[in-house]
Amino acid sequence: MIAIALTVNGKPVAAEVEPRRLLVDFLRDELGLTGTHIGCDTSQCGACVVHMDGVSVKSCSLLAVQADGSQVTTIEGLASDGDLHPMQAAFREHHGLQCGFCTPGMVMSAIDLAARVPEPSPADVREWLSGNFCRCTGYHNIVQAVMAGARAMSTDG
Amino acid sequence: MHPFDYIQPGSVAEAVGLMRDTADARFLAGGMTLIPVMKQRLAAPSLLIDLARLAELRAISAKGGTLTIGALARHAAVAESPVVQARIPALASLAAGIGDAQVRNRGTIGGSLANNDPVADYPAAMLALGARIRTDRRCIDADAFFTGMFATALEPDEMIIQVEVPVPEAAAYQKFEQPASHYAVAGVMVAKAADGVRVAVTGAGSGVFRMPAMEAALADDFTPAAITGIAVPADGLNADLHASAEYRAHLVTVLAGRAVAAAMGRS
Ligand SMILES: Cc1cc2nc3c(=O)[nH]c(=O)nc-3n(C[C@H](O)[C@H](O)[C@H](O)COP(=O)(O)OP(=O)(O)OC[C@H]3O[C@@H](n4cnc5c(N)ncnc54)[C@H](O)[C@@H]3O)c2cc1C
Ligand code: FES
Ligand code: FES
Repeated sequence: MIAIALTVNGKPVAAEVEPRRLLVDFLRDELGLTGTHIGCDTSQCGACVVHMDGVSVKSCSLLAVQADGSQVTTIEGLASDGDLHPMQAAFREHHGLQCGFCTPGMVMSAIDLAARVPEPSPADVREWLSGNFCRCTGYHNIVQAVMAGARAMSTDG
Repeated sequence: MHPFDYIQPGSVAEAVGLMRDTADARFLAGGMTLIPVMKQRLAAPSLLIDLARLAELRAISAKGGTLTIGALARHAAVAESPVVQARIPALASLAAGIGDAQVRNRGTIGGSLANNDPVADYPAAMLALGARIRTDRRCIDADAFFTGMFATALEPDEMIIQVEVPVPEAAAYQKFEQPASHYAVAGVMVAKAADGVRVAVTGAGSGVFRMPAMEAALADDFTPAAITGIAVPADGLNADLHASAEYRAHLVTVLAGRAVAAAMGRS
């Protein structure tokens, strides 16, 4: 077992983990943060995307020990005082989800795009989300939601 | 995954020493290849030597006619680097086309070169640009580095430190990608330098290879027309559910022509 200390959604977390413990399993099974999903478990689908030190990563392809000392944000860490994050609000407003399985990963990935490209084009969004699979929506409304969410994030400052 | 030990050494010397002294140890860089492979139990190292603390190996710099990229530079960092964009824009856009955003946020150039996947992008760039791969103990020319499918000239305990890339007069990369993984069904990098033209092909064969007939034709006449008649033999090329060997052979000529056209636009 290896001792790790990290910050998850703004709160300090210390734990002892086996080196082979995946970050996604640590978040879900030990911290109870089940908003981060496991779709493929083979680094393809993006259901498990979280932020580590501000950039989006696939938590099924990272070890918990690799997150030692880092700042991790999951979908649960986005809303503040009951107010949805602008990207979450945009997904609701634009019907960017149906079953919702892909949504946490989509939202976390989209926020990383918006941080780099404040006004992404539809092509930018589709290209950026190529590692996030959705089996319900046909992507159209997700693209609309991400563009609106990115705009809202840049006006929020 | 099978159980393993894990360590984050604080220096290159320590990392290489651990590798030398431990049976079945592996370096861990971005983990975008190694961790999925371990999850499938296709690899079961006894010890992972995580290079994460070797921050100096993330540096990207340029001096004279050489661009130097640290082994731990992530694909996203290469894609977004103003230094790479100014010196070798083709390399920045190649990096921007690797996998998806999350793979680019973790995967590193050193990991990609050490892995030498026959469908990976960076090996074609290193070979076409005539890069040198500097390790903890020597400097290896790209021509000698890639030795076959998932095989390199690296010794078992040898670590890539950085790549040193001569800045060409013009270069471009064209890939026909497999839409789910973004790996190359075929990819061609063309680079024109003072001492000649180099053409490197990935995705099509059991490893990256050069096209001497195209290089000679392009040295005389750097236009797409110079190579449209150069057919690539399908013998020995990859055939799988994505494409037949004949299709890949055809793609190589088409992509090489497009790469030359793109490079002319950039020179
Ligand atoms: C969904 C997906 C899509 C992908 N698409 C593409 C694509 O389109 N094109 C492409 O080229 N690649 C693609 N990749 C692979 C990706 O680029 C990997 O990042 C890369 O192959 C390995 O780099 P890494 O840093 O993750 O290495 P790791 O997985 O950490 O290591 C890979 C191997 O290299 C060794 N190693 C790592 N660093 C060093 C070093 N400095 N010295 C010596 N040995 C070292 C390790 O021991 C291991 O054997 C994809 C991967 C995924 C998961
Ligand atoms: S569960 Fe991680 S990418 Fe699919
Ligand atoms: S909403 Fe169901 S998978 Fe995307």
